[in-house]
Amino acid sequence: MNGIGIIKGLLITLKHFFDTYIFDFGRKQKNLTPDDKRGMVNSSGLFTIQYPEEVLAASEEFRVIPFLVYETAENGDHKYRCTSCGICAKVCPTQCIFITRKKDAETGKPIPSPEEFYIDTDKCMNCGFCAEYCPFDAIKMNHDFELATYVRGDTHIYNKEMLGKPVEYYAKIRPVNYALEVAEKAEKAEKATAA
Amino acid sequence: MSDQIVIHPLYAKLLEKFPESVVMDERQGFSGIVVQAITLLEVVKELRDNLGYDYLSSVTAVDDFPEERLEVIYHLFKSIGGAPVEIKVFLEREEPVVPSLTPMYPGAELQEREVWDLYGIRFDDHPDLRRILLWEGFEGFPLRKDWKEPLYEEDTKPFKSRWPEGKGERKELLNPYKDNVQYPREFDPNTLSGDVDQAMYKSLEYSDDPNSRVLQTDQMVVNIGPQHPSTHGVFRMTVVMEGETIVNLKPVVGYLHRNHEKIGERNTWLQNMPYTDRLDYLAPMSNNFGYAITVEKLMGIVPTERAEYIRVMMAELTRIASHTMTTGFLLNDLGAYFTPALYALEERELILDIFEEVAGSRMMVNYFRFGGVVRDVSPEVLKKIRHLVYNRLPRKIDELDKYISANEIVRIRCEGVGVLTADDAIAFSTTGPNLRASGVPYDVRRADPYSIYESLDFDVCTRDHGDVFDRYRVRIDEIHQSIRILKQVLDRIPEGPIMAGKPQYVAKVPAGEAYGRVEGPRGELGFYVVSDGKPNPKRYHVRAPSFINLTSLAQMCKGAKVADAVTILGAVDIVLGEVDR
Repeated sequence: MNGIGIIKGLLITLKHFFDTYIFDFGRKQKNLTPDDKRGMVNSSGLFTIQYPEEVLAASEEFRVIPFLVYETAENGDHKYRCTSCGICAKVCPTQCIFITRKKDAETGKPIPSPEEFYIDTDKCMNCGFCAEYCPFDAIKMNHDFELATYVRGDTHIYNKEMLGKPVEYYAKIRPVNYALEVAEKAEKAEKATAA
Repeated sequence: MSDQIVIHPLYAKLLEKFPESVVMDERQGFSGIVVQAITLLEVVKELRDNLGYDYLSSVTAVDDFPEERLEVIYHLFKSIGGAPVEIKVFLEREEPVVPSLTPMYPGAELQEREVWDLYGIRFDDHPDLRRILLWEGFEGFPLRKDWKEPLYEEDTKPFKSRWPEGKGERKELLNPYKDNVQYPREFDPNTLSGDVDQAMYKSLEYSDDPNSRVLQTDQMVVNIGPQHPSTHGVFRMTVVMEGETIVNLKPVVGYLHRNHEKIGERNTWLQNMPYTDRLDYLAPMSNNFGYAITVEKLMGIVPTERAEYIRVMMAELTRIASHTMTTGFLLNDLGAYFTPALYALEERELILDIFEEVAGSRMMVNYFRFGGVVRDVSPEVLKKIRHLVYNRLPRKIDELDKYISANEIVRIRCEGVGVLTADDAIAFSTTGPNLRASGVPYDVRRADPYSIYESLDFDVCTRDHGDVFDRYRVRIDEIHQSIRILKQVLDRIPEGPIMAGKPQYVAKVPAGEAYGRVEGPRGELGFYVVSDGKPNPKRYHVRAPSFINLTSLAQMCKGAKVADAVTILGAVDIVLGEVDR
């Protein structure tokens, strides 16, 4: 009979409607976080995350716009890990990384440290190649995706100071990778002392 | 390897039959036959009529600059499966002309227009040889090696201005407004815009003759799009109508054109990987897959076993995500405003969450590398996928199926609409679910197996009617097959390394050519690459399935109503990122 299929379909919509309410009500009772809600594969209702009041935690590998890792010296100086080897600038698909290598003022010989470091964030496609191929773990991908600004243009070209983030920040957003890195370094140091 | 060149029996046959005009391509790393332009039609006719190569997969060209030579390259397949036959025609760079294959294979129409557009190779007897991706006033043929774009810096990346003396400045500011576009000499925009559309309207065979009409009304030209919600992006259909019946139709594309292939030739081999994500942005993993296996073919490396399993797992998850979304949006086109589309998106979200966790990004995954994948899949993610595959997806897909398939309105609007017969589907080079819905059991995963698909157990889904409803049904069937594949992959995935060799940012690719193809959610996604041993590809061509599927759109829409054209387009399932490239 004509119409049966439509009625069945509408019943499914109605079921979704009520399931979502019941699910949401249950969620309020249980005080679930947005991540719990998202992870509930067995749920029957729709799940909505009320952004920006609720924000999903980004997964560790999530990547937006690179940042430069620095270590803070005891006198408060920022010691960038970057040696300005230029691999990130070479591997960058959009060629949005600009590096000026530091030179010794007297001899003119290059020093392994960046004088200036720019990333044109308008061009950056967040591919993560720079972080992947950096041999010094000096550049990493950020998690901060709320990048909207009122003006475009030169403000979107980040310089070294804007890109710099302390190593503690890196450890916070990428704990697993950081732990691996520390373990690797310890192993290397051990080998070096053994040799 | 022995020094003796083994000639494929098929090529031997052709050499015997056309001894004067056919020679083997004997360059190191290259294959196929070189045919003279005058005998091309004869050779292709022989291949089509007597040897069974009825499916023209790709038409493209290569510029051998600084040598004064252009090559046109055809890849032909049998619709019953197997390896390709590759035909090349060498042409002079000045005034190159080659006979058009469109009368023999209608599927060549848009591809030949693309080659004309980007290389300036004229195809004799082509019914409608106009620019397709670029606008009519464009000067030059951009894929020729001596053509330079307005913001030209260097031929190949990495650019020298970035390191060690890089200065952060916006390169665009160096080019003041107006100077960043090249116009032909004596260009006058006022006279141009009218002419462009006239050329197209003429090609539509718009008829003024009252005797040719069925109805006692004027024929009418209507432009649907480029800004129209049913076109899934910036796409335009120019339709000639009689009353509400479509008499003829032309797809107009290129609004999102960025010359992906020129960018690809500037990039290094590895740098192309994130760009492929942006082709078919609903199925990024498949694009990565296609590019990776093509370059691996050329490099002669084999990915590790675990990497192969991960790749297949990701490709199938992508297929599910893409097919559910297509199904949902088809209903949008039918007027069921967003309720089914959102039910479909719900499942896609969960799959994208997995991609985010594994690859770092939901859509622009950039996950594959030559020889493997970028990072391993953790046991927690595997558990998540298992949970999804066993506990959620089958239930949800069945619900979607139940919701839609029995609906009387859906059936009335979809059944018998946009019919494409099996013969037409093959002739028009249609691929993917569109081809299989017409009853042709052609799936690259089975026809020309790659990766580990040979060892997996799954069916090639077909339906017999070739209408919109069958295309939708084939997609639902394929989701079930993908779930079946995923179950096997999850059970068998071995431990081990995920990369063959050490990860390197400079891929060493020996000189030669390769054509690799995968079955993406929209059909046969092919990559044709040529290397001359340098760090950048000499030629990088994408055989975009949804672009070529558009060739048959006019055929499907003729005789249908305007409202049906929207549905038919929805079922063809185009992604404009891939169509316009």
